[in-house]
Amino acid sequence: MSSEVSEKEIEDLYKKIKSAADSGGYILNPDNSFTLALIEGLIVNEKRYGYQACPCRLASGTKNEDLDIICPCDYRDQDINEFGACYCALYVNKAVAEGKQKLKPVPERRSAERKDSSAETVSTANLKYPVWRCTVCGYICARTNPPEICPICKVPKERFEIFMK
Amino acid sequence: MNTIKVEGTDKGHVLLLGLSTCIWCKKTKEFLESNNVQFEYVFVDLLESEEKDKVKETLKKWNPACSYPTLVLNNSSCVVGFDEEKIKLELLI
Ligand code: SF4
Repeated sequence: MSSEVSEKEIEDLYKKIKSAADSGGYILNPDNSFTLALIEGLIVNEKRYGYQACPCRLASGTKNEDLDIICPCDYRDQDINEFGACYCALYVNKAVAEGKQKLKPVPERRSAERKDSSAETVSTANLKYPVWRCTVCGYICARTNPPEICPICKVPKERFEIFMK
Repeated sequence: MNTIKVEGTDKGHVLLLGLSTCIWCKKTKEFLESNNVQFEYVFVDLLESEEKDKVKETLKKWNPACSYPTLVLNNSSCVVGFDEEKIKLELLI
């Protein structure tokens, strides 16, 4: 695996992920070799599928079907809350980072929850502006279109859904 | 299923379904290796689509969440995720 990904690529993506994490209040796993191995997995997936699919999940190869598992995935925050780490443990909570909480396998919450979002009902309240919700961090804003990048967790606008309109 | 075989002590049939990019799959594989367990593994993400679908069907039978790593033991039980304690118990390590 390491033959296809250079140190520089890993380093660059690490910096990017670290700065997004810092500004959003997220914590990367302090075990450096572990974290870098996951970042390498993200780069492998980017090259293979064209998007940074979660390294610990099987991507379909179709971006639209996998939006929920592009890192950071839609399940990260819930898993950090409940288990102290995201499914891969790239992101952890403070207690895990400080060694006060032991990492345990995080169960997959994806399949049970996966839904066709188009079939979901959106509350209608005849608002002046639709309300958009970031599916990754829950940030909410009312404007004609979602922001290019989520100001909190930095994911691109394709990760927003209409919450109310 | 085309698997890669790793030699070691016979602890019954041990099959690891994993992904090449997944760190917990890697940890499971290393754990089995360091405990000298004989096992077979397959990295599902590296398979051609037909073979991939077949393995995914097998995986679903054992682990409906279809998550990785999944360890199938003696074609009769399975361990989902890198659950060291559970693997030790099952394999009497
Ligand atoms: S589980 Fe962690 S590493 Fe995997 S996609 Fe989600 S946030 Fe990224």
